Amino acid sequence: MKIKTFNTGIWEKTINLRDFVTKNITPYHGTYDFLEGPSEKTLKLWDICKQGTKEERQRNGVHSVDTDIVSGINAFQAGYIDRENEVIVGLQTDALLKRSMKPFGGFKVVEKALSEHGLKPNNQLSELFTKYVKSHNDGVFDAYTDEIRKFRSLGFLTGLPDNYARGRIIGDYRRIALYGVTRLIEAKKQDLANIAGPMSDNVIRLREEVSEQIKALKEIVGMGKSYGLDLSRPAENAQEAVQWTYMSYLAAVKEQDGAAMSLGNVSSFLDIFIQRDLEDGIITEVEAQEYIDQFVMKLRMVRHLRMEAYDEIFAGDPTWVTEAIGGMLEDGRTKVTKTSFRFLNTLYNLGASPEPNITILWSENLPQNFKNYCAKVSIDTSSIQFENDDLMRSKRGSDDYGIACCVSFQELGKSIQFFGARTNLAKTLLLALNGGRCEFTGTQMIDGIPVYTDEYLDFDKVMDNFRIAMKEVARVYNDSMNIIHYMHDKYYYEKAQMALIDTNPSINIAYGIAGLSIVADSLSAIKHAKVKPIRNEEGLTVDFQIEGEFPKYGNDDDRVDFLASNAVAEFNNELKKLPVYKDAEPTMSVLTITSNVSYGKKTGATPDGRAQGVPFAPGANPMHGRDCNGAIASLNSVSKINYDDSKDGISNTFSIVPKSLGSDEEEQIENLATTLDGYFSRNAQHLNVNVLNKEMLLDAMENPDEYPQLTIRVSGYAVNFVRLTKEQQLEVITRSFHESM
Amino acid sequence: MHSIESFGTHDGPGIRWVVFLQGCKLKCLYCHNPDTIETSGGTEYDIEELVQMALKMKPYFGKKGGVTVSGGEPLLQAKEIIPFFKRLKEEGIHTNIDTNGRILNSFSKELLDDYADLVMLDIKHMTEEGYLALTGVSCKETTFNFAAYREASGKAMWLRYVLIPGITNQPELLHAMGKYFKDYQTIEKIEIQPYHKLGVHKWEALGWDYQLKEARENTPEELIAASDILKNYFKKVKIN
Ligand code: SF4
Repeated sequence: MKIKTFNTGIWEKTINLRDFVTKNITPYHGTYDFLEGPSEKTLKLWDICKQGTKEERQRNGVHSVDTDIVSGINAFQAGYIDRENEVIVGLQTDALLKRSMKPFGGFKVVEKALSEHGLKPNNQLSELFTKYVKSHNDGVFDAYTDEIRKFRSLGFLTGLPDNYARGRIIGDYRRIALYGVTRLIEAKKQDLANIAGPMSDNVIRLREEVSEQIKALKEIVGMGKSYGLDLSRPAENAQEAVQWTYMSYLAAVKEQDGAAMSLGNVSSFLDIFIQRDLEDGIITEVEAQEYIDQFVMKLRMVRHLRMEAYDEIFAGDPTWVTEAIGGMLEDGRTKVTKTSFRFLNTLYNLGASPEPNITILWSENLPQNFKNYCAKVSIDTSSIQFENDDLMRSKRGSDDYGIACCVSFQELGKSIQFFGARTNLAKTLLLALNGGRCEFTGTQMIDGIPVYTDEYLDFDKVMDNFRIAMKEVARVYNDSMNIIHYMHDKYYYEKAQMALIDTNPSINIAYGIAGLSIVADSLSAIKHAKVKPIRNEEGLTVDFQIEGEFPKYGNDDDRVDFLASNAVAEFNNELKKLPVYKDAEPTMSVLTITSNVSYGKKTGATPDGRAQGVPFAPGANPMHGRDCNGAIASLNSVSKINYDDSKDGISNTFSIVPKSLGSDEEEQIENLATTLDGYFSRNAQHLNVNVLNKEMLLDAMENPDEYPQLTIRVSGYAVNFVRLTKEQQLEVITRSFHESM
Repeated sequence: MHSIESFGTHDGPGIRWVVFLQGCKLKCLYCHNPDTIETSGGTEYDIEELVQMALKMKPYFGKKGGVTVSGGEPLLQAKEIIPFFKRLKEEGIHTNIDTNGRILNSFSKELLDDYADLVMLDIKHMTEEGYLALTGVSCKETTFNFAAYREASGKAMWLRYVLIPGITNQPELLHAMGKYFKDYQTIEKIEIQPYHKLGVHKWEALGWDYQLKEARENTPEELIAASDILKNYFKKVKIN
């Protein structure tokens, strides 16, 4: 069998993808000159896809939905775009862009999403899911306390995955291509046999989970058969490797509709097969690029059925097919291969696109040619983001990882994470000023905070109260998370993804915060200027008067930047004290997705001078327009947040006008690459880069049809600009576009 | 040392940390930083303090970037720049001076010979009358002598030239400049700075009359035409 031509290693004896990649990778240091354009077949398919997405936009964002079948790994018949031109096959349902129902997250959500498009589920299913089958959503609300409901409905905790799938878990989608399903089933059966008594809750649960995984693997073989593919055996050539990998991912997105369904880190794994076929003269570069283009095209066509309200937190219908590209191996070689370039090249071959969410794992030691190519792609497409490989690899102890959702490290096949949505830290600060009451309703949220009556805010007193508020909010937040993940495992277990991950992986829970820049600037105003709260008859703050100047986060000024990094550290410490379901390790992110707009609406006036209702800055960004000392000062401020306090990620979205990067393309490329080197050398974790002029976005708002593929980075992911709501578009436009470095 | 600072990508090679020094003896009609012309004002910095600030920014310099001292006319403080550049060189940071070349005393000579890795020299105008009208001072020769001194040092120099339609973009002026400098070995490139009106509000804020109100910005064709002429004489012509 062909497989014998690979370099040997322990990967042959145990399931170990990292070992296989390390032993067989061909690092590439050259330029992008070798790349090829799209094949004729690819272009034909892409035309059909473009037509389909156009229809989708015309039909209010949803092309069509199957209302009869409950989606599952092998629930649908094979579907094609245009069979004779497809070298990589497979769709989520039996037709392009047709969405499916995944009711185990919550049936009401499915009903709602359908009704928004004038549809309803088939009657039998309605009866089944209302009378007999319990969903994740049902389970969570059976267990929620009044306190959690209160925090949730008043906007202190938001975006909780209690009525949709949690996502974030990344199956190791390389496994089937390397080993074939038969071998994976054998390994899982072995594991099951070793999970023995005494039969505690944990042991029983794990036995049930592994049995579910084995069923999923069998279903994957069935799904492959419907496309005429034998997934029970390993892939034998490059085309099969790409196909098998896609089928593995497809199983996951047929079964689950998690907010983020990352792909992992497949490009350099696939390169090993491609490289071998190229060396054997079996395929040409055009074919190699064709496999990747068509694979990526399929990933761009992944869809989930969502209700409109979902768009507030995750705007633009994202799927977060996050693929991490690049980085370094622990032995000092780079993970950059020709297929790393090929993935990026698809952004030219098919045009810009938000999906897959391409994330460059940036290291000081990446080949310069690759750095420059990434900078070029970023300038040309604003479709990719960057994360600090040197930082994550050393702090998290693995060089084989993917990015879950937007920014979060996840070792592939060995660990998973529980998505934790986020809490509103700015509202938490307002609790501290309002005796623990909600600033809008006056509802008593937490006890133990003295009523604040002084005419001016005193920094030390505010901090004392803020600490109490953080502690209490953390407690309720943790309670909600434990319930959610318990129920998700029980009612909507990710059996397809978990089948491709080691049995009993390590877990981290990914808590999050929003409103960091507002907290930092508010504390700075209280400390460095005089802030007088304006209170209504009920004694609730409705506005603030600021006398004097104060330093603002985003200008490389330690006086305020440390207030930001301290707030992160303190809240993280509170979270760390609390026990988590399945003994998951608590981690935290500073990330907002697009919910920064809706957070703003749900938050009263803040002591930094922000009026009630004004959107937050995204992620760890400085507030819009307040970082006025140039791009680098802004980057430096964000880089001061310590990754150790926010191991799930620190998202920074950075927009710069092309001219300020340099006067010609060559200069712009060099300067962007150097800026990334500089930023990451300061142990910053993440950067979304938009190289755009504001005028173009304004024009796209007026003439959306002329910009169907205009892609911008928002907060850890990218969106089609024209698919954002007007409100979100305006928020993006008011962000700081750095006109100087 | 009086200064304000920021980052730039149009102030020499790569990403530069730019220190603007207060004070200039000229008063160019198009000056973008008229607030730096007065010799009083600005913030005083200790040299070591500036060196430490530059060191903090070193990761952003990459292989090409570094520190640019601009103004105003930085060479008015040539004596103070010497120890500053000396320290930067010890730290392996590339140094650049952005100057109108009007000061050639012993301090600026020492700077040119020993400490400035690059000099960006603003040519302003090729005729005596033009120079006077534009800058308020006469004797363009001073700038040319400065260029000659740098050429003799054998170290890198860029020329800069603000292109204003009807004032500095006449083909004969461009040819004259090309002919004058074509044999200079140290000139790596010439940068055309297209005239734009961004500085106007600063003039107004100072209560000064902006006399170039009538001048207009270049069309893309005018920029290319000027660049084509200069390409006959210089290795590299760049439109900034
Ligand atoms: S030489 Fe420079 S700083 Fe001085 S007035 Fe002219 S343009 Fe302004």
